[in-house]
Amino acid sequence: MATSTKLLISKPVNIWMNDEPMKVEDTQTILQVARNHGIHIPTLCYLDEITPTGSCRICVVEVEGFPRPVPSCSTFVKEGMKIHTNSPKIQAIRKVIVELLVANHEMDCLYCERNGECELQDLAKIYNIRDHRFLGSKRQNPLDQTSMALVRDPNKCILCQRCVKVCDEVQSVHAIDVTKRGFESIVTSAFGKTIHESSCVLCGQCVRVCPTGALKERDVSTEVREAIDDPNTIVTVQVAPSISVTIGEEFGFPIGTDVSGKLVTALKRMGFDAVFDTVFGADLTILEEANELIKRITENKTLPLISTCSPGWIKFMEHEYADLIPYMSTCKSPMSMQGAIIKSYWAKNQQIMPKRIFQVAIMPCMAKKFEADRSELVNDGLPNTDAVLTTRELIRAIKKFGLDLKSLPDSKYDDPLGESTGAGKIFGASGGVMEAALRTAYWLVNKKNLEHLEITQVRGIEGIKRAKIQLTPELTVNCVAASGLKNARIICDEIRAGNPNNYHFIEIMACPGGCINGGGQPRGMDLEVIKQRAQALYKLDEQYTIRLSHENTAVQRLYANFLKTLGSNEAHHLLHTHYYPRSERRH
Amino acid sequence: MPTKISDILSHFTQGNSSELIPILQAVQAEYGFISEESVYEISEYLNIPSSKIYGVATFYAQFRLQPPGRHVINLCTGTACHVKGSEKLIPVFEQELKCKAGETTKDGRFTLNLVACLGACALSPVVNIDSDFYGNLTAGEIKKILRKYK
Ligand code: SF4
Ligand code: SF4
Ligand code: SF4
Ligand code: FES
Repeated sequence: MATSTKLLISKPVNIWMNDEPMKVEDTQTILQVARNHGIHIPTLCYLDEITPTGSCRICVVEVEGFPRPVPSCSTFVKEGMKIHTNSPKIQAIRKVIVELLVANHEMDCLYCERNGECELQDLAKIYNIRDHRFLGSKRQNPLDQTSMALVRDPNKCILCQRCVKVCDEVQSVHAIDVTKRGFESIVTSAFGKTIHESSCVLCGQCVRVCPTGALKERDVSTEVREAIDDPNTIVTVQVAPSISVTIGEEFGFPIGTDVSGKLVTALKRMGFDAVFDTVFGADLTILEEANELIKRITENKTLPLISTCSPGWIKFMEHEYADLIPYMSTCKSPMSMQGAIIKSYWAKNQQIMPKRIFQVAIMPCMAKKFEADRSELVNDGLPNTDAVLTTRELIRAIKKFGLDLKSLPDSKYDDPLGESTGAGKIFGASGGVMEAALRTAYWLVNKKNLEHLEITQVRGIEGIKRAKIQLTPELTVNCVAASGLKNARIICDEIRAGNPNNYHFIEIMACPGGCINGGGQPRGMDLEVIKQRAQALYKLDEQYTIRLSHENTAVQRLYANFLKTLGSNEAHHLLHTHYYPRSERRH
Repeated sequence: MPTKISDILSHFTQGNSSELIPILQAVQAEYGFISEESVYEISEYLNIPSSKIYGVATFYAQFRLQPPGRHVINLCTGTACHVKGSEKLIPVFEQELKCKAGETTKDGRFTLNLVACLGACALSPVVNIDSDFYGNLTAGEIKKILRKYK
């Protein structure tokens, strides 16, 4: 309550920071003021938008007249405060904090995935830690490698609780907490259950905020490398829509730069036999899903229809809202659809034995590793996807392969599963699936295209976006797109309560903002960056000559020559799936 | 027959997080420990995620999350025993039992506790198992002593 009153009445106050007078609002914390004025204060537990835990104390500053240094991340400015952010005393305190963290940390930086991009390392560097002043015992907890997607190394955990807070406040999954006390403290699920046994949905949002190497994806780049090196294996790769506008950031391109062409060249040079665009699979998903939507509406079947592209969302639903399974679309995700088509249609056209194909997917997502492992996503005994690499794994692989993305020439995706449309491209942003599906749904009922293709009500980074879209004079579709599982939970509760808003169509993405902010993307959590990545996708959509999934000529040929019609038996066999309850609601 | 968890819960009428600790105490008083199942029931009742309840229960030394073993070992770590090297016996017990102090062995045979003073300082270092006391304990004897308890 105290904070909300604070938010209502903000008044200007005069303060001094490092002897510089400033006029600021008293709704700001010392840390926020410092950041706005270009003053750096280190933080380990603090995250924007998340309740501060104040657990690390590295952000302490001196305030004149206060008996003790205060944490700047959770202390609001007050009239007349004289703050010193970097006095010798503060520097000494911070140094001790870092030394203590280092003392019981398993320091194997050279073997650590975060070497060179670790916040603890950075601090050790800044505070000039040169010797082991404190000799602490190192914790020796087992590595949790039980999950297909997420690996937790408790010995590298500094107990900052960022992961706990993100899991609670952004995702509302509540899979983990700090348990036990003192030296024994460890982040784990209830009853110390492994990641695999827990209700963790493997969204990877915690991985993106962890300051150290304690949380990471299960890296399968070696398996992929081995498949490439095996002369008897045909290695195909598909690249998710959001990758081309995010990966460039790590190679010095401005945020939101589309590097599709260079990415294709990089993948070819790495030895992939065929490089496909998952946007093709997205277009295919749209056709099947729009068809499903219109059928369910016109035949008075179960509504709302809920989208199923996001595997973290699917796992969440299976754990906590399995009663909503009848509402789920039966469509597989673009990744799995594309995999199924590669190992059937494409293999047949190329006269390749499907079992010789090793199908790799480059995904912005950690939960896709789990999806690839689902036993339902198998056709004729072969998994739709053999390996998933996250954006981060691909970045490391490109660097390891000695490729400088910036200076590579452009190449094109391979045909026919490389043809794409603007509709499929925007899948990468929350609301994109819905927008693309509505464009095609309109065409399905009217046999002509929407005049204005942009459905702006479902764009933007808000967590819940509602829209009413008129398809025919008699039919208005009530839609909602939710991203971030906390928002998904709100919508699920609405459906459980009888769907008072009378939704026909719901899109849910596990990660806030959609795949452009997926758990497999480069680390960090900056709203501005996410906005720019989304804008990049919408700009690309405008630049496409074809902006409607049903006009993708390669998809049209696939139906004409192989799948026959929308929702045909062949389509059902290859492109649709089912779900099952995982356990009763047990956070 | 012990009271059902739902009966225990029905005494707590506010249904909010302030009741968590008293509920955990009541459950432990009734069953001697807090089972996984009871945590899930408390979770539903108070609408607090089970991971959070587990975090709280493991933070306080008073709560026990495993049923006590058939035999309870109380190893004294009071001043007198400490001086006579009881600390060195802890890892011996832990290794022998393959469980940590404060835990119960996988087969449910023993619970290993460390206690402040058994009041038998003359015998230090001393361990008490069920109603038996073993004084002037040495590491070498531990295996043989444990064998007596099935
Ligand atoms: S987490 Fe950071 S400090 Fe720890 S081993 Fe890895 S790189 Fe080094
Ligand atoms: S796992 Fe990472 S984010 Fe979580 S508490 Fe440990 S260091 Fe912090
Ligand atoms: S992967 Fe997602 S669900 Fe699992 S612990 Fe991390 S934030 Fe929570
Ligand atoms: S960043 Fe302020 S206490 Fe951790």
